[in-house]
Amino acid sequence: MKKLMTLLAVSGFAVAGEASADYALNLTEGVTELSRDIHDLHMLIFWICVGIGVLVYGILVYSLIHHRKSKGAVPAQFHENTKIEILWTVIPFLILLGMAIPATRVMIKVYDTTGADLTVKVTGYQWKWKYDYLDEGVSFFSTLSAKSNEARQMGSGIDPATVDHYLLDVDHPLVLPVGKKVRFLFTGGDVLHAWWVPDLGWKKDTIPGFITDGWATIEKPGTYRGQCTELCGRDHAFMPIVVIAKPEAEYREWLAAQKGTAVQAAGEPATSQEKPSDHQPEPPLAAAGSSEATSPAPAIGEPLTQEVAMTLGKEVYESHCQSCHQANGEGVPGLFPAIHGSQVVQGPLAAHIQLVLNGKPPLMASFRNILKPQEVAAVITYQRNAFGNSTGDLVQPADIATH
Amino acid sequence: MSVSAIHDDHHDHGPAKGLMRWVTTTNHKDIGTLYMVTSLIMFMVGGAMALVIRAELFEPGMQFVDPMFYNSMTTLHALIMVFGAVMPAFAGLANWMIPMMIGSPDMALPRLNNWSFWLLPFAVLMLMSTLFMEGGAAAAGWTLYPPLVLQTGAAFPFTIFTIHILGVSSILAAINIIVTILNMRAPGMTLMKMPLFVWTWLITAFLLIAIMPVFAGAVTMLLTDKFFGTSFFNAAGGGDPVLYQHLFWFFGHPEVYVLILPSFGIVSQIIPTFSRKRLFGYSSMVYATASIGFLSFIVWGHHQYTVGMPIEGELYFTYATMLIAVPTGVKVFNWISTMWRGAITFESPMLWAIAFVVLFTLGGFTGLMMSISPADLQYHDTYFIVAHFHYVLVSGAVFAIIGGVYYWLPKWTGRMYDERLAQLHFWLTTLSVNLCFFPQHFLGLAGMPRRIPDYALQFAEFNAWSSVGGFIFGFSQLIFCYIVIRCMRRQGEHASDEVWEGAGEHGLEFTLPSPAPYHTWETPPNVH
Repeated sequence: MKKLMTLLAVSGFAVAGEASADYALNLTEGVTELSRDIHDLHMLIFWICVGIGVLVYGILVYSLIHHRKSKGAVPAQFHENTKIEILWTVIPFLILLGMAIPATRVMIKVYDTTGADLTVKVTGYQWKWKYDYLDEGVSFFSTLSAKSNEARQMGSGIDPATVDHYLLDVDHPLVLPVGKKVRFLFTGGDVLHAWWVPDLGWKKDTIPGFITDGWATIEKPGTYRGQCTELCGRDHAFMPIVVIAKPEAEYREWLAAQKGTAVQAAGEPATSQEKPSDHQPEPPLAAAGSSEATSPAPAIGEPLTQEVAMTLGKEVYESHCQSCHQANGEGVPGLFPAIHGSQVVQGPLAAHIQLVLNGKPPLMASFRNILKPQEVAAVITYQRNAFGNSTGDLVQPADIATH
Repeated sequence: MSVSAIHDDHHDHGPAKGLMRWVTTTNHKDIGTLYMVTSLIMFMVGGAMALVIRAELFEPGMQFVDPMFYNSMTTLHALIMVFGAVMPAFAGLANWMIPMMIGSPDMALPRLNNWSFWLLPFAVLMLMSTLFMEGGAAAAGWTLYPPLVLQTGAAFPFTIFTIHILGVSSILAAINIIVTILNMRAPGMTLMKMPLFVWTWLITAFLLIAIMPVFAGAVTMLLTDKFFGTSFFNAAGGGDPVLYQHLFWFFGHPEVYVLILPSFGIVSQIIPTFSRKRLFGYSSMVYATASIGFLSFIVWGHHQYTVGMPIEGELYFTYATMLIAVPTGVKVFNWISTMWRGAITFESPMLWAIAFVVLFTLGGFTGLMMSISPADLQYHDTYFIVAHFHYVLVSGAVFAIIGGVYYWLPKWTGRMYDERLAQLHFWLTTLSVNLCFFPQHFLGLAGMPRRIPDYALQFAEFNAWSSVGGFIFGFSQLIFCYIVIRCMRRQGEHASDEVWEGAGEHGLEFTLPSPAPYHTWETPPNVH
């Protein structure tokens, strides 16, 4: 009883308060033709079920009320009736036909990925997304925003209600043009994931070694959020998806900025002011100016200083290593080895580089194609000089290139 | 059905004394009891795991457990409830009831029966022990999808071996049930006179024999992928992770009918008794059960609408899955027609059966919605699915089992359970199960994925409601334990031989004395 009162109080408060800004009871209509068709299909089946339900439950309740022994009911003797039994086999079949036809029509549309204006490849990793704009040469990772990530740690002391879009915000959103047919290609980097943005109307599994596809023509500019929907390990709940749909012109600008930073960044070393965690998550401008979309690291071959390597290394560690090896470098016993005091980290450099580049199946991904040489060099430098390790090594991109 | 039982002056051999009675017993009633007690214990253990899940989900943020442990909880909760609670409960009911219902003195293969039970506790203990292994228990969900499941730590081979042993246990039980039903029926007990519970179990047993080897094979392939360098499910070696899903669901979909068909049988026993009327459409019930059994083998792909199979596959599985609604509908219509113009009373077993019809049908509706592949692209792997399968498995399978226990407990123990407590148990359970699972429909439609330990703020209210419902549901089952233990300790009013008014008309078991003697039908009854 006490629990119930607490709950009433809690939910009453929450409904009144701002914490529950936009809870929903039903499927979204979304912002694409597919999502609308699917929503309509959903409502059609729903109302058919409600109709059947009213009939069936109505008869049941009538019987329970009127055919009670306590009301003096005397049991009838009938126990079969071929006509009615055929009838209630055939009628449901016809109702099903009525559902199958629109379902088929929508499914054919879902599968029609032809005539796309642009193609984005989506790769699911534990626990981040990688987006490749195939025709543009733009490519970046998208991970849970730093604020949510901090708040979601056990005992963080941060109230999730104080975090904007708690667990539904990322550092680098996927930016797409409005009114263009976007074709998505999906694949997995390690285990299965599923890419789902309810407003687009569907989800698709990302399968390592295979490519699946889907499409969306977003009709309204806006920010659309979703999550991974295939269990993918420890941080399955913490790899959201954010899609920002912009008018064509703004999208072009954003794309140019992405390419621009890629060129610019090649020349200048990373500075501590440009940490991704300093980014404000929401305003669209922040997305447009997300200069880390391609990493602001030195060009290949340019030597790193210890300071730059440690700063860049820490960033790389936080976005690529931390979810397994943990923020304190202690790992998870039995699953993810500790960085602190690790024999690999304190042992010969070559073995350490090999491990990072080749990974350790089935648990650790190969980072050869995920990280750039300078990022590998930086993160290895960082690991060898943080968490109580002090080899004093400074690894250079050139050292990586030789492996 | 009228019966003439001939009692001779043969003296019953009572059970052996002491603990060894239970280890060495080949008596179908003893083994039934062992299965039922194991099932009840595992129901509480699996329930405790569910409460860990619901506690973590009570509010946003991570409060109690590491995400990895959370994933282990969802995995073990499902495995234990399916293989440790529901299936053993059905096996227990089959052991107790099938011989008594068909007029047989025991199961056909008594020593095999002992063996198939005693595999079970060891398998379940091994599964539980993985919680304490390095790296924790399996955390890839009960479906054990690769490649994720290959990341399991030391628990991996033990989880696989558990499944092997559980599979052997199920197959042995299924063989025994088929042989018993086909060979041990009393004179005059033709197939089309068998009680529905016997029919549904016969079909279930065939399903089990067909699917368990497939599952065992699939998990063995996982084992060799992990330890012996094969690449069945590894694309880098020419394999395919989705192949596992096809194998799993070829097992998994019939498996969910293994969990529901005997429930149909139980409900089909209870409703006629308390409606004081014969079951409506007996033969269409049998055919509907057989159709559902057949269809269960050809619809597995509806669990995989989002893996990117060809559109022909999507559409085929959509149509085939929708078809299941037809025989399932027939069953629901028949139950309601059985009640129609009956003389209904509302003793506890009947309450559970009515709740089963209402809530299982609700789960059937959401099942129909999910069969529509385009719509499932939204529903898939969300809380909508979680709500659906808990409606059909908790307020379906579990409700039927509890109803069956109340229905036959007086026959087993010779004592009436406490009806007032049982009514309290029913209402608390039914209200809380809806409080727990109904809001999950909204959560899923609003976009909450399943198998997540933490969620965005817009999901907070319904999760809080759901957790409160879950806790009330869990603790209400203590009342059930108390009621059952009281009867087992021979406390409470004596039950009559017929137990329920007119029940002797509805089943051979109610023509036997209460409690049922250790040996029954040593001389088969004559069934007209």
